[in-house]
Amino acid sequence: MDDLSASWPSGVEEIEHTADWAMRVSAPNASELFRRAAMGLYHLAGMRLSAPPRHERRLRLTGVDWESLLVAWLNELLFLQEHEHMAYDEIQILAIDREVLEADLRGGRVTAWTRDIKAVTFHNLRVEEDAAGWRATIVFDV
Amino acid sequence: MVPKSAFIQSQPYLWEIPADFRPGMQVPLWLFADDQLLVEALGDQSIEQALNVASLPGVVGRVVVMPDVHQGYGMPIGGVMASALPNGIISPGAVGYDINCGVRLLSSAIELEAVHGLMAELAAALYNDCPSGVGTKGRYPLSVAELERVCREGARWALAHGLAEAQDLGRTEEDGCLEGAQPAEVSLRAKERGRPQLGTLGAGNHFLEVDVVEQVFNLTAGNAMGLREGCLVLQIHCGSRGFGHQVCTDFVQDLQSAVRRYHIELPDRELVCAPLESPEGQAYLGAMKAAANYAFANRQVLAHLARGSFERVLAGHVRNTHLRQVYDIAHNMAKVETHQIDGRPVKVCVHRKGATRAYGPGAREVPEEYRALGQPVLVPGSMGTASWVLLGTEASMALTFGSACHGAGRVMSRAQARREVRGDRLRGELERRGIQIRAGSLPGLAEEAPQAYKDVDQVVDVMQRAGLASKVARLRPVAVVKG
Repeated sequence: MDDLSASWPSGVEEIEHTADWAMRVSAPNASELFRRAAMGLYHLAGMRLSAPPRHERRLRLTGVDWESLLVAWLNELLFLQEHEHMAYDEIQILAIDREVLEADLRGGRVTAWTRDIKAVTFHNLRVEEDAAGWRATIVFDV
Repeated sequence: MVPKSAFIQSQPYLWEIPADFRPGMQVPLWLFADDQLLVEALGDQSIEQALNVASLPGVVGRVVVMPDVHQGYGMPIGGVMASALPNGIISPGAVGYDINCGVRLLSSAIELEAVHGLMAELAAALYNDCPSGVGTKGRYPLSVAELERVCREGARWALAHGLAEAQDLGRTEEDGCLEGAQPAEVSLRAKERGRPQLGTLGAGNHFLEVDVVEQVFNLTAGNAMGLREGCLVLQIHCGSRGFGHQVCTDFVQDLQSAVRRYHIELPDRELVCAPLESPEGQAYLGAMKAAANYAFANRQVLAHLARGSFERVLAGHVRNTHLRQVYDIAHNMAKVETHQIDGRPVKVCVHRKGATRAYGPGAREVPEEYRALGQPVLVPGSMGTASWVLLGTEASMALTFGSACHGAGRVMSRAQARREVRGDRLRGELERRGIQIRAGSLPGLAEEAPQAYKDVDQVVDVMQRAGLASKVARLRPVAVVKG
């Protein structure tokens, strides 16, 4: 069984927030930012995946800018976890820009999770890029 | 951060930031607090968020901030805002993700003394009978069509299915159903989330709590509500579950493009909005009402299940195990109401987020049996601390769009609470104090530790001294059930 709750993924750290939960994600590029944010979400929710069989799907999402695309991405993963009990620990971003994301996902059935996350919010959300790489701070309503 | 010097103390418990404090503000900010709660309010982004709300299109009167405020998304938790029709906006971020999160209170003639030895069994029965915790499904799975009926009928759906008593509906805000719900405006995704969850408590800060009425301050009101010192009551705190969360999520995302179409400049993206009378605004209002009705039905079903627990455990030990509904109120909602602004009646969309309606005596919206007294206001404290029953006042109509506080806001992050508090030790401490705990998650319990919240007695004192509500009864917990 894969335990996605075991530790924070590389490039993701928890930060303080009065009422809910927040994480800061850093990555060398946009694709990796989005992938690490997904892994951080799964870690925060304390997800465990079953043993094979594995499941594959392709996602295509849109937004009006980087921030709304990131929110749409993570909310999509939340929905798949809650409704289909599926989570994806292998993520390949096929195409990404500020308005469109396409990704191939591979994962398994969620056997347990420890925290219900109500939603991904826009609170203080900025997707930033500079010479040091890409960053975003994401706050979750729990 | 906003400095304390930005405030003018216009009354002992009223602190104002005038509308000219910052460019773009259309109305002043009014914070109801004592000195300590004012300092706590300045400790996070609450006031900054309230100032952002004051700059939204069509906002009128004032932005009200309650003494239990803490920062939220867009509008702070403990905030009230009114926007005037026709150009005023409606904003999902000024309602909250958990649409119609609220509290229901039921009273009884069961004396704690007579059943003290059964509290552990009662807590276990409530934990077993009322589904709670992450990922839990309810006992009444719905088809999409049936869910849409729940959206249109609210608590009436539960009555039609034998899951309510007739008097319950009249003792619920809006009689348990907002008219004009539009389930067609709700995404299929939200419906899929809501279908299995009716009659579930959820997790986080949601709970069932058995309390004893510790002190009645207003005998007339106490009698009208069936509140007797030494007798048990039950509180239910939860909302619209994944259904409402998804409605908010969908509209916060969808309205990101609407604000561009309507040329609305947002100080905070979580305050995304649309003119109430626009197609987008009406779509959100219709969907919000659908989620609100789902929440009314949800609390109604949980009340039905809890009544079963009381009857099963306590029958034979006391003569009357009946739980009588006192009232059910929302604390995340937007409603079109008429209020006096600058001496004339104005139709406004009142957004209450972490704040409850608190209409005063004589209001026709208050059930007839309470109308001469005022609307019951339910203020749950944090786990292990007191809760309060209050009445709305005429002053609240004049000062806060008929609104009051909703509880005791957080002062400590969940992460800090988990670092500083061990769930098993907390459970032990509470049980040594005579409070039975049934919790699905010990880390989750730690997050809800009493020290993570403000002092509810202090919050309620401010409400009373400011004239916004009057005390009816103080409740003390004897059993807490959490997911």
